This record gives sequence, structure tokens and C-alpha cells, in this order.
Amino acid sequence: MQTKRDVTATGESLVDIRDLEVHFELRGGMLKRLLGMDTGTVKAVDGVNISLKRGEVLGLVGESGSGKTTLGRAMLGLARSTKGSITYHERGGEGQTRERVVSQLKGADLRSLRTDLQMVFQDPNAALNPSMTIEAAVGHPLKIHGIAKGEDLRPRVAAALERVGLAPAEQFMSKYPADLSGGQKQRAVIARAIILDPEVLVADEPVSMLDMSVRAKILQLMVDLKKDLGLTYVYITHDLASAKFFCDRIAIMYLGRVVEIGPTEEIFADPKHPYTKALLKAIPEPDPNKMVPRDLPRGEIPDAAKPPLGCSFHPRCPEAVAECGWESRDLRVLLEEHWTRQETTSYEEEQALVGSLDRLDDPQKTVTLGSGADSARVRGLLDRIRQENPSEPLWSGVDEISETGDGVEVRFHQGFDPELRPSGGVEVACVLHPKPVTVEPFRPE
Amino acid sequence: MLNRLLAPFRNTTGLARWILVTGIVITIAFVVMAVFAPWLAPLDFNQQKVDGVKLPKLAAPSDDYWFGTSDQFYDVFSRVIWGARTALVVVTLSVLFSVLIGVPLGLISGFVGGWTDRMLVFVMDALYAFPTLLLAIVFSFLLRDALGGGVTAAALSLTVIYIPQYFRVVRNTTVSARESTYVEAARAIGAKNSSIMGRYLFGNVIQSVPVIGTLNAADAIGTLAALGFLGFGIQPNEASEWGYDLNRALDDASSGIWWTALFPGLAIVFLITGLTLVGEGLNETVNPSLRKRRIRKVEMPPNEPTTALVEGRTR
Repeated sequence: MQTKRDVTATGESLVDIRDLEVHFELRGGMLKRLLGMDTGTVKAVDGVNISLKRGEVLGLVGESGSGKTTLGRAMLGLARSTKGSITYHERGGEGQTRERVVSQLKGADLRSLRTDLQMVFQDPNAALNPSMTIEAAVGHPLKIHGIAKGEDLRPRVAAALERVGLAPAEQFMSKYPADLSGGQKQRAVIARAIILDPEVLVADEPVSMLDMSVRAKILQLMVDLKKDLGLTYVYITHDLASAKFFCDRIAIMYLGRVVEIGPTEEIFADPKHPYTKALLKAIPEPDPNKMVPRDLPRGEIPDAAKPPLGCSFHPRCPEAVAECGWESRDLRVLLEEHWTRQETTSYEEEQALVGSLDRLDDPQKTVTLGSGADSARVRGLLDRIRQENPSEPLWSGVDEISETGDGVEVRFHQGFDPELRPSGGVEVACVLHPKPVTVEPFRPE
Repeated sequence: MLNRLLAPFRNTTGLARWILVTGIVITIAFVVMAVFAPWLAPLDFNQQKVDGVKLPKLAAPSDDYWFGTSDQFYDVFSRVIWGARTALVVVTLSVLFSVLIGVPLGLISGFVGGWTDRMLVFVMDALYAFPTLLLAIVFSFLLRDALGGGVTAAALSLTVIYIPQYFRVVRNTTVSARESTYVEAARAIGAKNSSIMGRYLFGNVIQSVPVIGTLNAADAIGTLAALGFLGFGIQPNEASEWGYDLNRALDDASSGIWWTALFPGLAIVFLITGLTLVGEGLNETVNPSLRKRRIRKVEMPPNEPTTALVEGRTR
């Protein structure tokens, strides 16, 4: 199997994404809806800048909920962008390009864009209409855009099916999706996408629902198609291993933002962002002698409706420093983790001492724990927890712990939300980059 | 195509298949009666004289008049046969109309959503809340001026009460199907809303319509008879109608004349039973959650430890 194909990427950008935001309104409870109260928004894509070059394969990599699929859908105008722009540079005659702002297109204009931008979906079992034959499904795009109809349709559908390896085409045309295997269905989905001869193909985890044996074949098919048809791919995946095989450039996404973007080799050889490092460590290594320690990021991806202050990765980051944006919710997690290790009696005692943790749920930079009378004991408790694990990065973010009349006040350092900045061959959004490090990481004495 | 249509039938087993087959046989018998009524029935439905001689009044069943005659000098056997034609025509028309109106409305309502959906759901729920017979009576009153007391008017007043059922089922399936990936994929290839509804959703949301259709047809037979019984249905000079005959037979029954009521009554019972069985049978075969797949029994070779090996070799 080849690992890298001849890169035909030119410097010319094909799709420009500028400050793109896709926010979804939350519906909230019934009372809130009735009263028209603010129900909050989920920032699925939150300020993304990417320019897709003609002929390249760009990988969008991230965990579930990182916004990679929404970004892909927004590129086709399937998800409405709330801010920013997506500009598609359509190739016209004589080397001219025409700019089309996808994020502003509507109705017929948006539909006509589909001849140039197409999508392959994650689940081939759901992406085909169960009550439509393969011939009708693959030929429908041609019919919709008035490119071919009637007699003309059949040979073109057959050609597309054979192009994706469903040969002889006659054998598949009259079948329904339920009659095909997963890999065959995904081939049919790809045939439907390429029959319009598009420029850009957004592939949303095209192999994640397939058997291991079929995955490599489908990826190889996509590589071949790229070479033959001159396609540009946006490859959305959570699997860095397949991205390494397939992509020229990789953008690592976390909670709606790109945290690191750069050439594939660079990302794999010298990952900068702690999240990228964590993802790379998560790739299974078949050779047991080469096993790397898997200190995977702790916890889960946070709630996108209430992202952490500062850098949104800081609560899970093993390298976090004082400036990462520590806040009250991190303290709650710390206390609760501490209690999971305690006996019931000492937990109850400490819990009564600190009081309800619910007031830590609103992100704050200054919090007060306990009551005035017990402030010394609360402080003692915090010191004890700190002693247990002094290397816990949260403590680096604590500016001051003081006893006030109302309890113990914990004040955190001011945090920064890092922008994407060039560092080496890549761009990375982390306070630690570019080096030299301006801030000394916290070192326990 | 035929193979696909028959597939659910072939997959059924036991009781479900028997229900379906019995229902189909009964229903087909009535369809034959309806289609060949002019040849099967000895007399016309409103014929009172044969060769200028009036039929006997309230004659008991005999060789001449198999089901006897009524107080209006009609031949009951002929009335029952012609009644099958009336019933099936009215029911077919009403089911057809309610499908033609209810399904597209449900599809649009579920797909478009928003205020269109709210208004349509409100109207349909209001219709659904009325007792069906009352609604049918009201509409047959309203339609009588415009269309007279014929078959079309009766069919339309039945249509109104069945539209909400198709609307509800289709709308709810559409709401859930609208979010599916293949609809998103249809958008991604540039399909218009109308084409998404027609080519992608329609085929997937009408799967339970045949079941509702047959069950509604059974219900409609009863409602039509009730309308006729109460005198709001098809007028006696327009067509023969079992409900009307039952109404006329009320007085006879008290004086021991049983044949004028029994035969139209049996016809109603049998047709409703037949249609209901078809509906239930279809439901069992079409609805995968109820369906028991037919599994062919595995024939094991006889287990004779001493000779099995030798036999296996020689075979």
C-alpha cells in the first residue's frame, strides 16, 4: 500500500474559511421556551480560519463534539453559519475564478453549488434512501441539475458505478441499498458524489462505520479518484492513523476551534499542542516493544454550551500553566476527585465543611468556600489536597488563597485564550508556543 | 416488483398468514359480488315488478326468492348483491380521497414544520376529537345540497372523518424521517424541497398507509350503514344500501319476519370482518416489530450412532 501520493496541491486556495462561527441555539426547558428566556448557545464552530488549497487533502481531526462534522457541513451550506464567511473560488473559463460566498447563498444558488462541492457521509447504511434503487439514487444528482435525463442517464450511472468499483454495474443498478454490503453502499455513496464531477469532496468519516478489511480499500479508492478526477478532499476523521496515510495537511480541532494546523509530516514528527500529542499517543501501536505510555487526556470533552474559560483544553491538559484560564469549575472537579478517594465518614465531614459545590458551576475567577467560622479548617483541607498531589496543574493557576470573614477565598490567575500562532512549520493555539516560553511553567518546590 | 410486494407475505407464518388469507378470500367474494352484480342478481335493486306483475310483499325465502322479499316489494337477495357494489364503491372512493388529501398534507406538515405544522395539526386534532358518526352526519347534511344524496356525497362525508388518521401517521413518520441522513444527503446533492418530499420521504413514510387504509375501509362500512340506518345516507332511489334496508326491516322484525334484516346484516358483518382481517394480517406482515419471520426447519439426518458414519460415506 502506498503511503503518500504525488502531491499536486498548488498554492492557489479553493475554499477560504474566515472567522467562521456556527452556533446552535439550545432549546432549553419548557418554561424557558414559553417565557422566551435566553437558553444559551452551543458553539459548534467558534472562529475557524482555514484556507483549502486546490488539489490538497485536508484532514479535520478531533474527538466527537469537536465541531469537525459541523465545519464540513457548513462548507456545503448544509449548516447555517452564524458569523464569518466561506468563500469558494469557482474555476471559470480561461483560468479565471469566480468567487462565491457559500455562507450567503440561498435557495437555487446554493443548490447549484452542489455540482462543485459534494459530501460523503459517515454511515453508508443511512445515507442512501432505502426505497430507491442504486440506479435512481446515483443518477438523481444528474436529474436534479438537468445534466442528463432519460436515455442519457443509464450509461452515465453505469460509468460512475464502475469507476467506484461496483462492476459489472448492471448487477447493482436494480438493487436496493438493503441488498448491498456496507462497503458496497459506501461505494454507491461515493459514486453519487462524483457523478456531478465536483471539485471538492467533503468526506465525513467515510470509513469509520466499515469493517477493517474494507476500510483500506475505500481509502485507496478515494486516493485513486483524487488522482483521476483532480479532486480536493476535506477528510473528517477522529482516526489520526488514517489521516496520516491520506492527508497532506491536518487541522486538529477541539471544542469548535482549530488548535493546531500544519503539514502531516510536521504534525506527526513534532506535535506542538498538548491535545495533538495526546491524540497521537492514542493511536494503537501494533508492535508491543514500541508501546508509548498512554497518558491520555483525563476527563471528557467539556460542554460546548459552557466552554472552559481561557484555553478550552486546560482542564484536561497535562502541561497546563498558570495562564491557561483556571476557574471555579476546575476546583469543583478537583474536590470531587479528591472525595472519590476518601472514606465515607471523612467525605461527609469534608463535604459539610466546604458546603454546596453548586456555586462553583458558574465560571468565576474568584470563589469562596466554606463559611466564616470554619475558614481555617477549609484552608487546611485545601492544603492537604495540595500536599497529596502537588504537581496537579490546577495549583499553578491559583493566585492566592486567603481567609476572609465569609470563608476561604480562592483567586485564580488571569487566563489567556490563545490564538493560532505560527510555530515552526505549523500554526498552534497554545500559550506554550511559539517557543521560547514566555511564562515559566509551574514547578512544585 | 411483484416479488417485492409478495415478500412480506412469504415471510409470514402461522396465524398471521391465516388471518391475511381468510380476510382476502372474504373481501374478494364481496368484490366479485360488486363487480358482477348485474349478472349475479336476478333483479335490479329497485325493481318491484317482473313482467308487469308486482313481487309478493314480505314473502318468506323460497326457490323463487332465495332471501325472500321486503315490504317495498323488493327482492332481498338482489338488494344484498347490489348493496355490495354500493358499499365497496363508497368505501373505495372515501379511502382514496382521504389518502389523496391526508398523505400530502401530513408530508408537508411534517417536513415544513413551524406554523404550517401547528395550524394543520390543530385543525386535524379538532376533526379527530369529534365522534365520527356525528361528523359524518353533519357533512352529509352540508353536502346534500351541493351533491344530492348519492354515492359521491356519502363517500365525501366519510372522507372527512378519515383524513386526520392518515395525516397523523404520515406527519409523525415524516418528522422523524426528516432528520435522517439520506434526507441530508439529498440536500447535499442539491435536491429541492419538493423533490426531497416526493422522491425521498414519500416512499418511506407511507408504509403503514395500506394497513390504515384497510382498517378504515372496515370502519367506513359500519359508518356508511349507520348513516343509511339513520336516513342520512344514500337515498333509496340512488342505490341499494344495507343500512337503509336494516332501517326498513325494523318493523318487520317485531312481527317475526326475520329475512329482511338478517341478510343485509350478515353482509355488513362479513364484509367488515373480511376487511379487518386483511388489515390485521397486513399489519402483522408489514410491521417488522410484530412480524415473526418464517424459519425453515433444519432437517437433521437421523441420529443412529452405529451406522451414521458408514451411511454418510456411502451417500
